[in-house]
Amino acid sequence: MYRLSGVTKQYSRGKDTVHALRGIDLVIEDGDQLVIQGPTGGGKSTLLQMLGGLDRPTAGSVELDGVDIAKLSETKLTKVRAENIGIIFQSFNLIPTLTAQENVETALVPLGLKVSERRARAAEALESVGLSERLHHLPGELSGGQQQRVAIARALVKKPKVLLADEPTGALDEGTRDDILALLDGLWKEYGLTFIMVTHDSAIAKRAPRVATIKKGQITVKDQAAAAK
Amino acid sequence: MFFTYLRRELRRRKKAAIVISLGLALGIALVITVNSVSAGMTQAQGKVLQSLYGLGTDMTVTKAATPTAASSGRPNFDFNARDDSKSQSSDRVNVQGFQSLASTVVTKVKAQSGVKSAVGGLSLNVTKVNGTFDRGTFSQAPNAGGQNGGGQNGGGNSSGQPQGQVQGGGANFSIDSYTVYGTDVTNLDLGPLTSSKITSGRAFTSADAKAKVVILDSAYAKTKKLKVGSTLTVSSVKLKVIGIATADSGDSAANAYIPLTEAQTLADSKNKVTTIYVQATDSKKIDSVKTAIQKNVSGTTVTTSADLASTVSGSLSTASSLATNVGKWLSIAVLIAAFLVAALLTSSAVNRRVREFGTLKALGWKSGRVTRQVMGEAFVNGLIGGALGIGLGLAGAYTVTAISPTLSASLASSSGGGGQGGPGGGGFGGPGRQAAAKAIDVTLTAPVSLNTIALAVALAVLGGLIAGTFGGWRASRLRPADALRRVE
Repeated sequence: MYRLSGVTKQYSRGKDTVHALRGIDLVIEDGDQLVIQGPTGGGKSTLLQMLGGLDRPTAGSVELDGVDIAKLSETKLTKVRAENIGIIFQSFNLIPTLTAQENVETALVPLGLKVSERRARAAEALESVGLSERLHHLPGELSGGQQQRVAIARALVKKPKVLLADEPTGALDEGTRDDILALLDGLWKEYGLTFIMVTHDSAIAKRAPRVATIKKGQITVKDQAAAAK
Repeated sequence: MFFTYLRRELRRRKKAAIVISLGLALGIALVITVNSVSAGMTQAQGKVLQSLYGLGTDMTVTKAATPTAASSGRPNFDFNARDDSKSQSSDRVNVQGFQSLASTVVTKVKAQSGVKSAVGGLSLNVTKVNGTFDRGTFSQAPNAGGQNGGGQNGGGNSSGQPQGQVQGGGANFSIDSYTVYGTDVTNLDLGPLTSSKITSGRAFTSADAKAKVVILDSAYAKTKKLKVGSTLTVSSVKLKVIGIATADSGDSAANAYIPLTEAQTLADSKNKVTTIYVQATDSKKIDSVKTAIQKNVSGTTVTTSADLASTVSGSLSTASSLATNVGKWLSIAVLIAAFLVAALLTSSAVNRRVREFGTLKALGWKSGRVTRQVMGEAFVNGLIGGALGIGLGLAGAYTVTAISPTLSASLASSSGGGGQGGPGGGGFGGPGRQAAAKAIDVTLTAPVSLNTIALAVALAVLGGLIAGTFGGWRASRLRPADALRRVE
């Protein structure tokens, strides 16, 4: 479970100070799906970075299962990322020189698994996203949708508690977008993940059980599932 | 994963890898070539010094010559005019170059701390004049009183002396000059003869101490058409040729080698030597031994190989200077440039891969693992550069050896000696510094030692590490969030 209290993030840009997040308070229960939307520069990606332990807040706390990850040492925070958090990026961020299977394996390298186990789990993860025939293809040999599937397999292969997705369909056409969303939805339900997704797409937001909107660093949360009942 | 990732990345960034490797290769090749040429120079200088000193000699002890009343005059040859036109010959045997030292000094030098062995030698210069001297014939002028008499022109005069002129007569002679070195046959491990090999006949033995025997330098023997069994006459003393010696490199130290006792007798220098050849117990103690001898054996000049090497001039000296100065600094400059280029290109490659490394960190890779990956790539670049550099360097060294340029070395006569001696005074190439005043030709080789190869490997590793450290440091400072904001 995530519990964010008074999370503030400020950046210095030249002489100016940018307030990306202004005292965010937010609770995300285990197994929840939360969609974060808002205008560009509103603080969506910054909030996702705080949740993923990719950056630290200027003030406030980001608790994951009762541990304030904002105050962890770099080594411990790296371990949290390696074991508990899966991240999907808008541009896939695959290593261009590694095959699909090897790219998925990169997420298992920090766990210190044996090579054979790494390979088996990577193959299994790729199979779960429908890419069992593309294990040995380089990213350049795959379509955008297939690359994002590899990225999803890489995020899920370590069986994380949390899946964070930053505009996962932003670089895809409409048809592929729906496939990926359906895949993510299925995996969320199958694995019981806490799934947090940043998106510009209002259509996606409308389907989500909870939607958080961030404007000028401030958040409002709407529980659509509860409202529907 | 480490090696797969490393190999694929190097292949992906082939051009940068080639530039980095070639830069390092050039620097390392230069280091190998310059090092091996320098080693060749040292060897060449060693050959020059060896041809003067012989093997194993660390220093010589001499006493500089000072002109004396007896020696300052011109050489004197006695010939008598005779009627029979028979050939006459006269030899003059001089101690060459240095003032002689008493044989007891050898013992004194040998007793010094740090001296392993010391042996004395006597360097002589022999000038032989051969020829015929005919008496002229006086012819009386017509209408003059007929009476033979000496005189040149028999012009008429009123004194009543016979008038006429001397016809015929005169002299026809040749001068032959050569060097003779008196060798202590009881200790043949030191001295100039050690730089020659006996190619015919036999070497001296202790039994030859008082024998009238001689070993000739092969070049001199060839010129004079002498061989083993022939006889060389010096000042009416007939010496039997028992061996022919050929110098290992350069010119030989003397034209003829005879037992020391015989040399002392011929030069009328009983119990005298001109040069003492000294071998130290430890090559690192040469300076201290020199100091000890200078302190304890007064009036002597101690010359080490290093002292003599400093007087080497000619193309060998110039080339040596080029190799040590220009070559060394050029190598260092190219290496620094190569290291910098490698470091900058590696750092630049990291900058282009910020998102890649950021992603890996976001996936949970530790900074150390990312840094190791970058350093590994740079290290392999360094090794490839090292291998290429070793190949290029070996090719360079091989080329120098194949061309084998001939260098001449001249050793200045800095002793101030040479006042004594006959015609030619010191210009005949006897042992010691006086002899060194001539030029010696040596061929340059470029031997590549294991140390040089080890140095090259070390430089390659260093180059890779420097480049990797730059890139690794840059990679380690990346934050995953910063990395994800960057767009390639």
